[in-house]
Order: sequence, then structure tokens, then C-alpha cells
Amino acid sequence: MTKQIMEASHAIAEAVKMVKPAVIAAYPITPQTHIVERLSDFVADGELDGEYIRVESEFGAISACLGASATGTRTYTATCSQGLALMNEVLFIVSGMRLPVCMTVVNRALSAPISIWNDHQDSISARDVGWIQMYAETSQECYDLTLMQFKISEDHRVLTPSMVCLDGFTLSHVYEPVDIPEQKGVDDFLPEYKPYHAVLDPEQPMTLGPIGFPSEYMEIRKSQIDAIENSLKVIEEVYNEFSDSFPVGIKRARPERYFHVEEYKTEDAEIVFIAMGSVCGTIKVAVDELRERGGKVGLLKLITYRPFPRQAIKEALKGVKKVAVLEKAVSPGADGPIYCELSSLFYDDTDKPELRDFIIGIGGRDVTFDRIKKIYDMIKEGKGGKQEWVF
Amino acid sequence: MAILGLPEEEYFACGHRACAGCGAAIAMRIITKAAGKNSILIEPTGCIEVVSTPYPETAWKLPWIHGAFENPASIASGICAALKAMGKDDEINVVAFGGDGSTYDIGFGHISGAFERGDNFSYICYDNEAYMNTGIQRSGATPYGAATTTSPAGKVSIGKEIWKKDLVHILAYHGSPYVATASIGYLTDAYRKIKKAIETKGPTFVNLLATCPTGWRTPTEKSVEIAKLAVETGAYPLYEIIDGKHVINRPKDVSNLKPLEDYLKIQGRFRHLFRPEKNEEAINFIRERLKNNLERLIECSEKGL
Repeated sequence: MTKQIMEASHAIAEAVKMVKPAVIAAYPITPQTHIVERLSDFVADGELDGEYIRVESEFGAISACLGASATGTRTYTATCSQGLALMNEVLFIVSGMRLPVCMTVVNRALSAPISIWNDHQDSISARDVGWIQMYAETSQECYDLTLMQFKISEDHRVLTPSMVCLDGFTLSHVYEPVDIPEQKGVDDFLPEYKPYHAVLDPEQPMTLGPIGFPSEYMEIRKSQIDAIENSLKVIEEVYNEFSDSFPVGIKRARPERYFHVEEYKTEDAEIVFIAMGSVCGTIKVAVDELRERGGKVGLLKLITYRPFPRQAIKEALKGVKKVAVLEKAVSPGADGPIYCELSSLFYDDTDKPELRDFIIGIGGRDVTFDRIKKIYDMIKEGKGGKQEWVF
Repeated sequence: MAILGLPEEEYFACGHRACAGCGAAIAMRIITKAAGKNSILIEPTGCIEVVSTPYPETAWKLPWIHGAFENPASIASGICAALKAMGKDDEINVVAFGGDGSTYDIGFGHISGAFERGDNFSYICYDNEAYMNTGIQRSGATPYGAATTTSPAGKVSIGKEIWKKDLVHILAYHGSPYVATASIGYLTDAYRKIKKAIETKGPTFVNLLATCPTGWRTPTEKSVEIAKLAVETGAYPLYEIIDGKHVINRPKDVSNLKPLEDYLKIQGRFRHLFRPEKNEEAINFIRERLKNNLERLIECSEKGL
């Protein structure tokens, strides 16, 4: 292990280098650029053996990844916002073809008005494309989850592409201490890639991407949905193996043990915040201060978002009276995405927490301690509506 | 038995669901024969993808992949990179082929990107001059004067009133070492060109004219004959651009062309040019422009340009 002060983007690039992808295809977009620039440096210095395709668009990037993965190689790309939206059509095709492409999404708001700053609308809008999604809070988690996503996606029980999401600028451009393991440890954790799926090989010709008639399509879709549901167990296995293989080096840089959710001071909490990504750091500080003032409050951080870790969330919220969902994305004309899923999760229960939805940090709006405190006061005193925008 | 000297092996199996007289199905046989066993094929959404792969059946005896409508060139780039990483790039041919809708229109930017990068693959366009799979809508490859369902001939229109995009030269000017036009009317010529494209290192392109009886509204037994007429009338000259230099194959003489009307009259998509009476003005305009185009190609070929 070596401890380094690293930008989160560089931590991701370091992880990508260490998993030795055969093919990287990427197109630059702010704030993802520091990842692809660093990877370009690695290639230029001969530190990364793989092929790096400088594509003409994000649509080209994900399509090239599709081709490379279908040929049987470990494949990586990174994007965000408009780029992810442009990829959208092919995201469905990659997951439908069960190709374990791995991607970093540096979360950024969507136009219009155009914004380069952070919220989660890009990846949340892509929640139904059939990719696994994990959200990082720290640079260390960026590094760790990047290593883990390859092991998860490539597992023969999963064969589903994955996104590791991190907040643009507020995390991607932040320098933090990161523990980087030795290459040998990474190689042991993630052996050389051997595809378990059909590949393009003249020795064994296969037809990939055929037309599915109504008599077949539904079964194929169901098997894909089963795979992502079943991946929860595999993700948990990989979280455990990672936590065992790479003990915590830097305090609070990541959970002691990875799990679908991280509980922070929830044990006796009556009010719990639920959030994803770097804002959890701010919320943890707020929780500490509110507790000093006598508040029984905690945080439930979602790391795994797709598949949605229903059981883990339910267990973590057992006995909690009030839950404040803090989300950085909306579903126009409906309730907030995470709020909806939690409502659905507790629908059948008689003893369920009161759920409130708070829309925060849209288009890079700062989420400060004061705003967290405001949310806490609102939910504690029962003020405001079911959904509140915290400007 | 080898016919016309082409390899006997068939990699595009019979039993596919293409229409009777489908020129694209003939194109597939030529392309796969030229590609040979050690090839990976990429195809966008389109007629051939639909008729050849109704899951769980397939007409393909070679590894074949379909992603989306607009991305065969990018998928090919990814395959090229993966083969390079695996050290197999010298032994496996990467051949993408799409219809003109994918090639000229929606996938054009990605072809341009792959050609700019110099990726080592061949792209063959089976050009039936409209979106046939969706029901005969006009594309950038639809010729001037042709009626389609989105460029119908009407009281104030003679069909598509825009000239066909010159994609062959556009790709040549990307610096491609080999681009060519071919027609399913000339099988051995098409086979030779596709093989040359595949054997030439770097991104190469062949535009292969493929009759569509359904879309062109032509007799199904005349697909090859009509594909020949396209060439003999000068409507679709056969030429190559090798390392930037033109080589005209046929016709080589503008004064000795078959009448353009022979090519137009037999096709329902041009029927309006002859009814209720012959539209001399429009036909003369088309003839003149085709003649100028052919003269320019012959001149380039003669001057080694």
C-alpha cells in the first residue's frame, strides 16, 4: 500500500491502469476530462499497454466499447451528462447483449440551461438502461469501486455492465489521501480477463445482436433482469472480498467494510438522512454537530443504487421514525426518483417511517451545513410539503 | 463448382428471409466470399440484419455482430482495437457493411471518425438508394428524380429534387488508400474490389449498388440486369480511387452510353418521369449532369488525378 494525495479523477485513472483494460474508448467532456487525460499520459509513457481509441463522440465511445467487449476484451470508458445522454441508445444494447463494459460517470447536470456543475440527473435518468450503478463519496471510494466494478460486471453470474458515479468537481477535482495497493494485490483480486459470454471469433462463429421477435424477446429480457437482480449477492461478495483483501488504511476515507449501504450513526437515530455521493461527507459533519446539540440523527448512504438494495435499506431503517431523502435529481411531473423507490419499498408495511423528499444541489448549487440543518429542522418540526426544493 | 472464378464457399446461408430478387442478398454473398473465413462482420440495423437473424436462427456462418443503426464503424473500431490488443489484428479481417441509410446518413459521422483515425477495416455500403427496411423513404443516397414514400412525385414535385451525396469522394478525401464503386450487375468486378479493399491496410470503402425490387418497383427477375443498366447508361459509373488516384472501370466513353431512358423506364420509382407524357426537361437535366460527372471521372483517370 502507498498513501498518496490524489485527485479523485486521478485515483480512478490509477485504478483503471491497474486493472489493465485491453481497450479504452473515450471522448472528452467536462468534468470527466482529468480521467481521460491521465489515462492518455499513461499510454504516452508506456505505462498502460491497452489500446486507447480517441473516438469522435460518446456515441462512438460506447459503440467501440461494445465492439471491443464483444471481441472478448476488458473494456473501459468514462463520460457524464450530455455524453451519457448521447450514449443512451447503446447503453441498452450493451446490457442487453450482456457485455461487461465498465464506465465512470462524473455526475453533471443536463442542459438546458447548459451547466457543467454537479447533480445526479444524468445517471439517474440512465437508471433503467440495465447497468449496475454505484456511487462514491470519497476519492478512496472512487478508486475502490472502480477496481470492484470490473470484478462484479465480469462475474459469469452477472455479465452486466456497470457505472461508478462520482460528483463532478465537488469530488472529481478534489484532492484527498488515497491508499493505492500493490499491483500484485490488484492482480490477485482481479485476475486476467476471460470472457464467459459469446465472443466474435472466426474459430467459433456466433451471431451477436440478432432480431428478437415477440415470441422470444420477452424471455431474453427477463433473463437479463434476473441477472441484475441476482447481482446483488455477487456485489456483496465482491464488497466483502475487497474489504478483506485491502484493509482500511486511511481513517474515514471509506467504510470499514463495504456494503450496499453505509450506516452513519443510525443505531439510535429517530431521523435519518438518505443520500448518495460526496454530499454524504457534508451530511456526516452535520450529523455530528446535530448530535452534539442532542439530535438523534444519522445518515444512510446508498453505495449500490442499481440493483436497488431493498433489503439492506429496510434493515438499516428499522425503527426509524422519519426519513429525509436528499436527492440531486428529479422526475419531472412526479415524485423524486429515490423517494418513489423508498415509498414503494415501505408501502406494504404498517410500521413505516415518515418519508420526506428534499431536492438539493441541482446544477451545482452548494449543499452547505446550513441547508442540511434547515432540512433537519423541517422534518423534525413537520414543516413543509412532501417534496421541498432546498434552494 | 466455382462460378466466375469466385470461391465456392458460401458464408451467407440460403433460407434467409430477403425478398425475391433482393440485390442486397447477392451483395452479402459477394462480400462474404471476398472476406473469407477469418473475418468478423459488423452490420447496422437494416434489411439484411432483419432478414438474416431471426433469433434463434441465423444465416451467418461467420462471426457477425449488430449493435445499432448508426454505429457499425465505431463497433468495427472497437473490434480492431481488441484484435490488436490480442495480437490477432494481422490474421482477422474486420468488415462492416451497411445500407445507404446507415452509411450515408445516420452513421456517417462515425464512419468519418474511424477513417480519420485510420482504423484497419473495410466498410462496404450495400446501396439500394433509400430506407427500404422502413418502407422506401428517401436517404442521402437516393438519386435525383426518384420517388420514395417521403419524396413522392406529385403535382408540383418530380420526387427527390436533390442530388445523391458523393460519399465515395468524401471518404477518399479522408485519405483512404482505397475506395471504389461496384455493382451487383458485375459480380467479378465487385468481388475483386471488395477483396482489394479488405487486403489494403487502413480504412477502405466500396459502394456496392444493390437493386431493391420492392423499393425500386422493378421485376424481381431483372435485379442483375438493372444493376448492369445503371452502369451502362452512365447513371452509376464504376471506378476506383487508389491512393488518391482515379481509375475508371466502365463506361470509359461518354459517347457510347446506352440511353438513360432504358434504365429509368423499367423502374417504378421513375415512372412519373414518363407519365402522363415524357418529362424531357427533367430527363435531359439528369442526363446532362450524369454525363458531366462521368466526363470528370474519365478525365481524372486519364490524367492520373
